[in-house]
Amino acid sequence: MSITPKDVEHVARLARLELSDAEKDQFTEQLNAILKYAEKLDGLDTDNVEPTSHVLPIKNVMRADEKRPSLPIEKVLLNAPDEEDGQFKVPAVLE
Amino acid sequence: MSEPNKYETVVGLEVHVELHTNSKIFCGCSTAFGAPPNTHTCPVCLGHPGVLPVLNRQAVEYAMKAAMALNCQIADISKFDRKNYFYPDSPKAYQISQFDQPIGEHGWIEIEVNGETKRIGITRLHLEEDAGKLTHVDGGYASLVDFNRVGTPLIEIVSEPDIRTPEEAKAYLEKIKAIMQYCDVSDVKMEEGSLRCDANISLRPYGQKEFGTRAELKNMNSFRGVQRGLEYEQFRQAEILDGGGIVIQETRRFDDAVGKSFSMRGKEEAHDYRYFPDPDLVSLHISEEWKQSIRATIPELPDARKARYTVDYSLPSYDAEVITSSKKLADFFEESLSYTKDSKSVSNWIMGDLLGYLNANSQEISDVKITGQGLGEMIGLLEKGTINGKIAKTVFKAMLETGKLPQQIVEEQGLVQISDEGAVLQIVDQIIEANPQSVEDYRAGKDKAIGFLVGQIMKASKGKANPALANKLLIERLK
Repeated sequence: MSITPKDVEHVARLARLELSDAEKDQFTEQLNAILKYAEKLDGLDTDNVEPTSHVLPIKNVMRADEKRPSLPIEKVLLNAPDEEDGQFKVPAVLE
Repeated sequence: MSEPNKYETVVGLEVHVELHTNSKIFCGCSTAFGAPPNTHTCPVCLGHPGVLPVLNRQAVEYAMKAAMALNCQIADISKFDRKNYFYPDSPKAYQISQFDQPIGEHGWIEIEVNGETKRIGITRLHLEEDAGKLTHVDGGYASLVDFNRVGTPLIEIVSEPDIRTPEEAKAYLEKIKAIMQYCDVSDVKMEEGSLRCDANISLRPYGQKEFGTRAELKNMNSFRGVQRGLEYEQFRQAEILDGGGIVIQETRRFDDAVGKSFSMRGKEEAHDYRYFPDPDLVSLHISEEWKQSIRATIPELPDARKARYTVDYSLPSYDAEVITSSKKLADFFEESLSYTKDSKSVSNWIMGDLLGYLNANSQEISDVKITGQGLGEMIGLLEKGTINGKIAKTVFKAMLETGKLPQQIVEEQGLVQISDEGAVLQIVDQIIEANPQSVEDYRAGKDKAIGFLVGQIMKASKGKANPALANKLLIERLK
């Protein structure tokens, strides 16, 4: 399986990224290199290995339903690009 | 206009229910509704780098309880996945949800429409986190984001495409709401967004096996809105099909004020969510013991309660359905029965005066002050003849507004029925004297005149005369 410039365009669009033609070529090449590296896994015999979503032998990690203090609003908004009335202000995304 | 019954409507519903835990699903922030914007947020729900979500056990148990109440099979192993999308309501650019191993699958509920019972399948119930809230400002060029709701635990309940009419859709939603309310896992207030609904709807000619192309309908803010939205969509799709056109698969927003749905362009490509297992959350192994301990907490559900009311109290099916559709109303009914044995009378007061008052004021039973004890004791006073039916109406209204017990209201307002023969006779004589024409009519054989005269007696006594006694004394006097 290889990545085409079209795949890169699609993924970029989903991530709301605008790429130049040079960048598209660059990422197509890089993503293919990554996939090629991961293809090494195909050489392993996994016939007797259970599929897993997690590599650690841990399960059922949960906490009790207890409230903890939230961040003060000044800290919450520290990384906001812009703010208004205690809210993050962002360009509108049309639905 | 399309000819009726040409197409069969096929509807599947996706219902989101907010679970009323104290804290969020993956962090300790409060889930309380109505706080100032962004004051219930922390690095975890704001999606800051390097944070680790930790699952709230209560959210899992509420989801299991809800799934069991919907007759779902509970997974032995469940896990969480990332649903990737870019939108300002999601600070992480993904929502933690469940893809292929939901908490529950293969459930069903029964609904009743026009006296017929129908089973609607539940495909799945999964657990996920809610998103933030956007307010559009600056003439639509900017949005304000409040992340308080991010991370509120949600269950998404997906139905099979078993629903065939907008009416069935409404009945399905009402039943889901009632079951969630009985299980006490959510506030299920549509106006506060703790219950939300999207609908998939398509049409096909009768007899065709394949489903038609569906539209996804969003933004329906009430049960009535869901019904109206689906009715409009039925009409819209039938017109397209009649004109030889093709229904486009798309997401549409229903505008309740206009009564129409509108295409939400550009949403289609966003449906490529690229789910993958969330590496921050380990899997959930649900043992038989754990399932049993949750199953033991499920209370009597609406259908069972309804069946009990029709058998034990001989209520008509419709009355039992209405009363059990709200847990609080059913609890009120049963509380009343601790104070009177006359279940039929309790049911009649609930179905008539109580629901009439609540519907007229868009209120719920929890908004008014009347107690089950009050209604039960009032029926007792009626039976004893302390008050008559007319006084009872006044007492009932006073109980709704003040919550006082009937005995107190009767004493305070001097509403005791006059059953003393001498006292009633005095009024009877006054009325006979004041209405010679009616008396003559009665003696001339016009029986109707008696009704008029009794009415006058009731009026003169300000509704307090014992009507049966007044009637009896009047007839004796006129002999």
